Amino acid sequence: MTEEFLRLERIHKSFVGVHALKGVDFALRRGEIHCLVGENGSGKSTLIKIISGVLQPDSGQITVEGQRVDHLASAATMARGIQVIYQDLSLFPNLTVAENIALSEVRERGGGIVDWRKVRAIARAAMDRIQVDIDLDAEVGELPIGLQQLVAICRALTSELKLLILDEPTASLPKHDIDNLFAVVRDLQTHGISVLFVSHKLGEVFAIAERITVLRDGEKVATLPPGELDDDKLVALMTGRTLTRRRFTFSDPGARKVLEVRGLSKRNNFEDVSFELRAGEIVGLTGLRGAGRTELALALFGISPAERGEIRVEGRPVRIGTVQEAVAAGIAYVPENRLVQGLVMKLSVAENVTAAILDRLLTRLGLVDPTRKAAAAVEWIKTLGVKVSDPAVPVQTLSGGNQQKVVLAKWLAASPKILVLDGPTVGVDVMAKSDIHDLVRGLAARGLAVLLITDEVSEAVSNANRILVMRAGRIRGEVATAGVKVEDVQRIVEARA
Amino acid sequence: MLRRLLRHNETYLVLLIVALCAAIAVANPRFLSYENVSGFLKSCSMIGIMAVGALFVLILAGSPDVSFTAIAQVVEYAIAVATLRWGGNIYVALLAAAAMGVLLGLVNGVIIHSFRVPTIIVTIATFNIYFGMLYVITAGKLINVVHPMFRAFGNTLLFPQTSPIGGTYGFSLMSLVWLAAVVLGWFILRRTFLGRGVFAIGGNETAAERMGIDTRRTRLFVFGFVGLLSGVAAVVHLSIVQSVVPNIIVGKELEVIAAVVLGGASVFGGKGTLTGTVLGVLLFAILNNGLTLLNFSSYWYNVTIGVVITVAITNSAYQQLRHQRSRVHVKVEA
Repeated sequence: MTEEFLRLERIHKSFVGVHALKGVDFALRRGEIHCLVGENGSGKSTLIKIISGVLQPDSGQITVEGQRVDHLASAATMARGIQVIYQDLSLFPNLTVAENIALSEVRERGGGIVDWRKVRAIARAAMDRIQVDIDLDAEVGELPIGLQQLVAICRALTSELKLLILDEPTASLPKHDIDNLFAVVRDLQTHGISVLFVSHKLGEVFAIAERITVLRDGEKVATLPPGELDDDKLVALMTGRTLTRRRFTFSDPGARKVLEVRGLSKRNNFEDVSFELRAGEIVGLTGLRGAGRTELALALFGISPAERGEIRVEGRPVRIGTVQEAVAAGIAYVPENRLVQGLVMKLSVAENVTAAILDRLLTRLGLVDPTRKAAAAVEWIKTLGVKVSDPAVPVQTLSGGNQQKVVLAKWLAASPKILVLDGPTVGVDVMAKSDIHDLVRGLAARGLAVLLITDEVSEAVSNANRILVMRAGRIRGEVATAGVKVEDVQRIVEARA
Repeated sequence: MLRRLLRHNETYLVLLIVALCAAIAVANPRFLSYENVSGFLKSCSMIGIMAVGALFVLILAGSPDVSFTAIAQVVEYAIAVATLRWGGNIYVALLAAAAMGVLLGLVNGVIIHSFRVPTIIVTIATFNIYFGMLYVITAGKLINVVHPMFRAFGNTLLFPQTSPIGGTYGFSLMSLVWLAAVVLGWFILRRTFLGRGVFAIGGNETAAERMGIDTRRTRLFVFGFVGLLSGVAAVVHLSIVQSVVPNIIVGKELEVIAAVVLGGASVFGGKGTLTGTVLGVLLFAILNNGLTLLNFSSYWYNVTIGVVITVAITNSAYQQLRHQRSRVHVKVEA
């Protein structure tokens, strides 16, 4: 087991003006599950691309199975048994499972004619190796994302696989599928296949890794077994700073009730949901995916309104049937998938920030006043600390964390009383995550009532004063976070009815 | 088995065609006679050949080529003039037409691949260039007499029968050319890596590149192939009508695309079958015949084409929408 599969020594790589990798050493054993962590821009992707032969290092030495390699071209890499599964999976949604798995391999073997029996046989063999059974004739685009991931893994297995690189494999997976994926990864290990797992979800890194390598600013900071690390130490290694995470405490339990929800129901979404939010409070809403959390948020914001029940804002009953009514009632919503729902990616930061308040920036003729618009944009960019050189650049050029701040800015500009945040830190790295948490606490301190919807129980425990646990469309528990352990809440989340 | 059949668009097309044929046959029993069916198959051979090319482009790009009728029109005119002047035989004529078509098609392919412009935009432009040049050079002059070999080629019958009033009828060689185009298209799409590459690019171009598929070669092949089929279709058309009216083929592109879309090709790319395409062509032709037979204005045919395209597009979009919405469904415990 201690036999070395891959060794990189003093790897340097520069792009125009950017020194992406500064003399990185890295080693991987045969059959090892190794995690690579680091913030955005730490050089993770560059390192993966060098290992997989997509990029050539400027200098340094690569040894695969004891043999020195000078030019790892992509095809040669595959021949050596190194395969990458990118976050987007690179599947063909319009083709069948069998073809997605086996086409590449059958094609490699040459000839211009497709032998469909061979395609099916190879696909079947690959699925047997990891003991999965997916309909070979199903169209991949029709499969849930978890199965698509398994299809991608099967495809990697069709050639002589020695190292599988998984780039952020769990980003879009529900919890159940993550467990499934981990089981497959451990199974690969028993076949002597090494797995390099790139992630910034720390909980998962600790759950699966045998060794963890941390990159920061293009340098390797450490390679350690998970036993010698904990969350705080790992974050410190990744960021170079020590984050002091205090739990959120709610100072004014007698504050006025801003939102009261009574018996809210929507068929096939949620049933009899009641809770309240006070000014300055952060209430966590957690539960498994598919428990109805997002559906509840969509109802509160009028995107898909509830059918029964009562909503009161500051004591007054309100009817929320449309987004306009929700905004008028003082509710703001930052969706989970900010890329799809929250922003117009091609428009500038300034356009996006002011999108919800254009009606307040009008001249007497009813046209948008450009000066006031620019001023409003600049103000919010400053307040939230969005890192952007110029408010006129398109939002799509920003990092995930900064995009999330822009969405926040857009809704805060409308000065709401209630802020519903759905998965505000999904897919952002550690530092940005911590920034967003600080931001949310700051907003609560200014009297906003926040409903924080999250998958991560630990996020809710440390950033909310109360947690509502949702399961199968109903609220099944309410926990005050003071002194509560993450595991206790997790148990309520996963309990069966 | 039945459920599998019901998932296929083709099943519904077949049912629809059978129903239509039955209805027309009741009104006019001669509709299903050998004479009428073979004549009918001959009349849709040009559209049928072009539809094979249009299918390739829709699978590859999800955006239709609209220039193939202009290509066919130019080739038809050029071949008619050249054979009158220099003679030759039908094989040379077919070869020359194919070569010319490939050349004109490749122009589309090169522009689309090099500049990554949507197919429909580029082909609207080349349509106008090709068709405009034809009129500039020929001043739109009709050609009433063509080389006699086209007449011989167009009138060749397989399994000929003599009708009681003296004429002969039978399965036309033109229908066989159509069949050959379909079989060739099927073979390429289904059985070659080149064809699977067309599907792969239509489904996810980045993934296709990562897999090592040569996207440039594949794209050039598809547009060259469309040109080739247009050239062949031009000769078939010339052999059937035995004259050249320089604006008779252009304008049929929407009919062809509608037939392909009706046959189940996705307007988002990556999907489509030859069976569906053939059925689409047949259904449109039957509809056209039937409408005439039932004394409807021929403009109803245009309305039908428009409705089919609208329904096909909104249906594809609706399926995608439904797919996204199906996520929002929580099993609420009682």
